[in-house]
Amino acid sequence: MGSFPAILQSEWTKIRTVRSTVWTLLLTFVVTVGLGALISLLTKNNFADFTKNETTPFDATTTSFAGIGLGEIAMIVFGVLAVGNEYSSGMIRVSLAAVPQRGTLLTAKSLVIGALALLISVLTAFVTFFLGQALLGDHHTTLGAPNVLRAVFGAAVYLTMLCLFSAGVTAMLHNQTLALGVLVPFFFLLSPILSAVPKVKNVAHYFPDYAGKQMLTVFPTPSEPYGWVAGFFICGAWTLAALLGGAAVLKRHDA
Amino acid sequence: MIELHELTKRYGDKTAVDGLSFQVPQGVVTGFLGPNGAGKSTTMRMILDLDRPTSGRVTIDGKHYGQLSEPLKYIGALLEAQAVHPGRTAYNHLLWLAQSNRIPIRRVDEVLALVGLTEVARKRARGFSLGMGQRLGIASALLGDPEILMFDEPVNGLDPEGILWIRNLMKRLAAEGRTVFVSSHLMSEMALTAEHLVVIGRGKLLADLSMAEFIAQNSRSAVRIRTPHPEQLLDALATQSITAEAGPEGSYEVVDGDLVKIGELAAASGITLHELSPQRASLEEAFMQMTADSVEYHAGDALNGGVTDAAGAAGAWGAGWQPPAGKRQKKQKGAN
Repeated sequence: MGSFPAILQSEWTKIRTVRSTVWTLLLTFVVTVGLGALISLLTKNNFADFTKNETTPFDATTTSFAGIGLGEIAMIVFGVLAVGNEYSSGMIRVSLAAVPQRGTLLTAKSLVIGALALLISVLTAFVTFFLGQALLGDHHTTLGAPNVLRAVFGAAVYLTMLCLFSAGVTAMLHNQTLALGVLVPFFFLLSPILSAVPKVKNVAHYFPDYAGKQMLTVFPTPSEPYGWVAGFFICGAWTLAALLGGAAVLKRHDA
Repeated sequence: MIELHELTKRYGDKTAVDGLSFQVPQGVVTGFLGPNGAGKSTTMRMILDLDRPTSGRVTIDGKHYGQLSEPLKYIGALLEAQAVHPGRTAYNHLLWLAQSNRIPIRRVDEVLALVGLTEVARKRARGFSLGMGQRLGIASALLGDPEILMFDEPVNGLDPEGILWIRNLMKRLAAEGRTVFVSSHLMSEMALTAEHLVVIGRGKLLADLSMAEFIAQNSRSAVRIRTPHPEQLLDALATQSITAEAGPEGSYEVVDGDLVKIGELAAASGITLHELSPQRASLEEAFMQMTADSVEYHAGDALNGGVTDAAGAAGAWGAGWQPPAGKRQKKQKGAN
């Protein structure tokens, strides 16, 4: 068995030496921050209109994170590309010839992807929050308010988990194009639509993105089936299952 | 040393590799021959543990590939060109490979220089030609300075200059005492580089022998004669107990005939000759015959099959072959 730190270093080199890493992560940041800022500004300027039918108190944190639904797509693409480019380029054979311990290879890869995703997600979450609050003016909240700091970190953990979930699914499918074709429509269209359809939504509420988004809530909503802690564990379970599934397929499958 | 023992790979009901057992001898170039689809690449992938055998095993220096710690230091392989992320530079591709096996980073520049890619080291692999991709693949194989090198069809798609470069590289590597295992579907290519041969067809072993043995068993020589007076010639030959067989296009051939003796005999009998030429059956023909009917062949039969008049197509493109000078082979052996 090779040296694990050496394999980590090698995976880090792989990830930092392709452009897709930079642009997908940059896009996650720009879209999440930018869209959040835009919605925050619109909300401030039309505050009376936007909140007149609301039954719950105004959630300034969630408002600033309005862009996360689109930003997460870029993060998902990052997760897919980080694993999938091994398959699309045929490089997986070179990687496995260098590190034949397949479980170790995927562990190192996931750690590097996860660490980088978490770093960018934390940065994105805090910039999004502070910029959004600044633009909300009088309606803003602070990190010191109940649940707000947890929600901001929750946003970062949410993005990171979706990224790793996508990485795991890509390893299971061992095909980059297929993984993009499955994951992007699922998170962008299918899951949001299904979680609004009566009856079906009872199932859709346990999808990784819906569960993970509970980590962002500041005010407990009675209509939700579970709280942020359960959301964390459900989303985490999906992520772990995807990665374990990816490892199982990688171990068994001919490269 | 690479050892295969009853290695078998099935995909569904198709058997790609069928009970293959052989050893790749140390310190020489071993040619791994077989027609396209014979199972060469599958075998090579199983050696690297990329494909899992259905049964049987393969070991490198007595160990399963997965048990090797930092395997690039034992065995370097070129499986296919362009197994590189198109957006990554040649340098960075070799960098992550080196890091994964704790190979000193200076080796990256060394192997880039060795394969002649120093100038494009910082260029993205997307713009590389097939030949450059092949060189990068060879650079990755050489990175860990391994004792064993494995190349899958390294000359495929290369221009003559590239082919010559790879040929010389393989000879040099063997001269350094390394084990080189190289697959090809061209006998002519192997005849120029390999000292040992392993031939497979439809996943089965057809032959495992030295190139010298293969040549001895398969290179039939003959003298071809063309004359406007065949009857007189045959009579003249008969007086010396020489038998000639009918050859192509109205010619006659004397197997293992003595060119000088036949020429003098014709002159003494006053027979006009239009052609008197030495003929050598090409190894390509021998190889084609050996593999043409893979299913029914066993190693022994294949070797005794001999080379009679080979298939027309084979004769056309293999006819120019000349056996390598014994000197070259001796030199290679001496160097090891």
